[in-house]
Amino acid sequence: MSAGEPIVSFPLPKQGVIPVTQHLGAPAKVLVKRGDTVKTGQLIAQTAGFISANVHSPFTGKVKKVDQTTDASGYKRQAVIIDVDPQEQWEEGIDTSHDLLREITADAKEIVEKIKANGVVGLGGATFPSHVKLMVPEGKDIRYLIINGVECEPYLTNDHRLMLEKADEMMVGIQVLMKGLHVKKAIIGVEANKMDAIKHLKDKASHYEGITVEPLKVKYPQGGEKQLIKALINREVPSGKLPLDVGCVVNNVATAFAVYEAVQKNKPLIDRVLTVTGKKLLKTANLKVRIGTPVSQLLDHVGGLPEDTGKIVSGGPMTGKALTTTEVPVVKGTAGILVMDREEAWKATPRPCIRCAKCTQVCPQGLEPYLLHQYGEMKRTEEAEYDGIMDCIECGSCNYTCPSARPLLEYIRYGKAETGQMIRNRKSN
Amino acid sequence: MDQVILSAVVSLGAIGGTAAIILYFVARQFKVIEDPRIDLVDDKLPAANCGGCGYAGCRAFAEALVKTGDLDNLYCPVGGNDLVAEIAPILGVEASEKAPQVAVLRCNGTREHAVPKVNYDGPRSCAWAHSLFAGEAGCPNGCLGLNDCVRSCDFHAMYTDKDTGLPVVVEENCVACGACVDACPRSIIEIRPQGKKSRRIYVTCVNTEKGAPAKKSCQVACIGCGKCVKECPFEAITLQNNLAYIDPHKCKLCRKCAPVCPTGCILELNFPPRKVKPKTGKTPDQKVGKERNTTEDDSKAAESQSAKSQSQNSDNSPKPDDKPGKRASDSDSAPENTEK
Repeated sequence: MSAGEPIVSFPLPKQGVIPVTQHLGAPAKVLVKRGDTVKTGQLIAQTAGFISANVHSPFTGKVKKVDQTTDASGYKRQAVIIDVDPQEQWEEGIDTSHDLLREITADAKEIVEKIKANGVVGLGGATFPSHVKLMVPEGKDIRYLIINGVECEPYLTNDHRLMLEKADEMMVGIQVLMKGLHVKKAIIGVEANKMDAIKHLKDKASHYEGITVEPLKVKYPQGGEKQLIKALINREVPSGKLPLDVGCVVNNVATAFAVYEAVQKNKPLIDRVLTVTGKKLLKTANLKVRIGTPVSQLLDHVGGLPEDTGKIVSGGPMTGKALTTTEVPVVKGTAGILVMDREEAWKATPRPCIRCAKCTQVCPQGLEPYLLHQYGEMKRTEEAEYDGIMDCIECGSCNYTCPSARPLLEYIRYGKAETGQMIRNRKSN
Repeated sequence: MDQVILSAVVSLGAIGGTAAIILYFVARQFKVIEDPRIDLVDDKLPAANCGGCGYAGCRAFAEALVKTGDLDNLYCPVGGNDLVAEIAPILGVEASEKAPQVAVLRCNGTREHAVPKVNYDGPRSCAWAHSLFAGEAGCPNGCLGLNDCVRSCDFHAMYTDKDTGLPVVVEENCVACGACVDACPRSIIEIRPQGKKSRRIYVTCVNTEKGAPAKKSCQVACIGCGKCVKECPFEAITLQNNLAYIDPHKCKLCRKCAPVCPTGCILELNFPPRKVKPKTGKTPDQKVGKERNTTEDDSKAAESQSAKSQSQNSDNSPKPDDKPGKRASDSDSAPENTEK
C-alpha cells in the first residue's frame, strides 16, 4: 500500500521524549540532567550491563527534565525530555554528508566498538543490541551472515523502501558486518513480491564481493530469523539454541544501514525509517523520523486520524502492540504505525476450543498452541517449558487461523513470560 | 464327592491360614505408627482444601497441627474460632481467640472515579492485562476489573458490581483464605481484621504515583499529601511511595483521618453517620463511604484537635508530597481521544 511512497525526512518536533529503555535488556543509565544543553548525536544515556545499548540525543536543545513518562502501555518509564532547538548543531566527529564511503578502514574490533558506542540495535523489531550479536564466543564457527530483507509483517514497507533507496549504503554496511564477523559470505533474503528490490539489490550486489541475493517464497512468518535460516541455508536452529549454533548471524536490512552510518560516518542511531499506514488514511508514508518524535505528529502528517479509527498499532498487524495514547515517542523499535478502522480492529468473542488442530498445522515452530495456551492460562510453567513454550516466536499465526477466535497468542506470551521468569530464578538459585 | 469338597476346603483353608500368618507378621513388622489425633482433627476440619492455612490441604494441615500443637500460629480461616475451640481439647492445649479477618479491596476506581480512556478487548484475565498495559483508566496500580479474584474465590464471597466494574467482597461468606490476594497481579486485595461490628477504616487506593499523575487517572486516588498521617493521634498511618497505609492493629477507629483526606480515598465502613450536619455545600468529592458526611466545619474541628495531639506526638512529621491546590488543575484534564 505504501510501497510506492519514497522515504521523506520528517521535520523536527518542538519537544522530544527519549526513553532510556529502547532496546532489549537493561535500561541505559542517564548521563544528563535538567538544564543541560545537548547537541545532536550526543550520548545521553550509557549502557548498563552486557545486554544494553547507548542512547544518543536526536536533537539539539535543552534538557527540560529527566522524568518518568507514560509509554505506549500506560506504565511509567524513565525518559529524557528535550526542548528542541531548530538550529541544529551536530556533535563533533559525525559525518553528516551524503557521500558514500566505500572503504572500510576500521578493523573487526573497532567495528564492534563503534557499533556499541553508537547504540545500534536490531531494527527488525526485537531491538536486540547489535554489538552483542557480533561478539561471537570462542569456538563457534560462523559461515554466513544473513540479511533479513523480508518485510517482517504485512502493511509495513519501510525495509522495502530502504532497500530501493539506500542499497549502496546497505551493501557497505553488510561488508562492515562481514568484516566484523570474519565471514566471507552474506545472503540477503528478500520475498518474491518485491521484485523491484530484488533486481535492484542484485544489480548492486554484483559490485561487492561475497554478497548474494536470494528471492524467497512469500509467506508469513518468513521474517523470523529461525524461519529465514531454514529457508536460505536449510538448517534448523535447535530448541533453546541461537542462530550462532548453526553458523549464522542474522541482521535486518535497516540494521545493516544503521551499521553503515555508525561505522563509516560515526553517526549514532538517532533516526529510523518507519511506515505510517492504514486503509482509511488520506495518504500513507515512509518517513525518516528522529527518535523521540511524538506519534501524534506523524499522524498529523498523513492527514489526521479517520473518524472510525478502531486501533492504532505500533508495529505490524500480527505482532504489533496497540497504543493507549498517541502522545508516545517513536523509539528505535518502532517499525511502523498502523491505523486500523473499527472493522479491522473488531475481535470475535472467544468460543471453546473445538480441537481442530489448525493452530498446530500453521505453527512455524511445530508447537501445539492450543496446549501452550492452556498452560499459560493455568500458570503451569513447568509443563509449558517441557512442551517448548520458549521456542514460540510470537508470530500470531495461531491466533489468525483459530476458527474459535481464541486468544492463543496472548496466553502463550503470558506463559512465556512466566516460564522465562521461572527459568531465570532457577538459574540464579 | 465328599472328598472333593473336603480337599478344597482344607487346601484353601491352609492357604488362607498361611497367608494370614504371613500378613500378621508383615503388618507388625511394617506398622506405621500414626497419631490417632490426626484423624480426629481431620474429621473436624472443613475439608474445603482451599489452602488458606498455607498447607496443601486439610489433611496436611491436621498433621501439622498435631505435630506442633501450635494453635496460635496455625489457623484455619474457613473454620475460624469455632474450629479452634473444637480442636483445642483434642490437642490438649488452650484455645486462643483470633480476631476474624476479611478481604478488602483497596481500590475505588469505579467507572465514575477513574474514567476509562481506552478500550481493552483482549482476554478477560487480569494477569495478562497487567503484563500488557496500565489499565483502561491509566492507573498503573488500580483494579483492572477483569475478575481474576472473583474466579479464584471458592466460597462465593466475591462478585463483580456491574455498575462500578469493581469486585465486591461479601463479608458474610468471606473466610479470609487469601486466594484472591494471590490471584490479584497488583496486590490490591488485603486481608484485614474484620473489626467490631464490622467497622473498618482503610485507604482505598494503592497508587504509588505522585499526586498529579495519580489524580489524573483517578479522582479518588491517594496523592500522598500526608494530611492523614499528621492527623492520626495513634501513629497508625504511614506514608510510603506516595501512598498512605493504615495499620489495622494500631488504628483505634477514631475517624479523624477520613475528613481531612482531600481526595476522599479513606473509607469508613459501617460507622454511624457523623453528628455534625453540613451547613454549606462546598464539599470535596467524597463519594466513597456510604455513611460519609464531611463538612469543612468538621475538618476544622478535627484540625484543632489534631494540633493538640500533634504536640504530644512531636516526632510524627512526614512531608506532604504535593500541595492540594496544585491538583485541582490536573484533575480536569480531558481524557485522550485515542482508543486502544
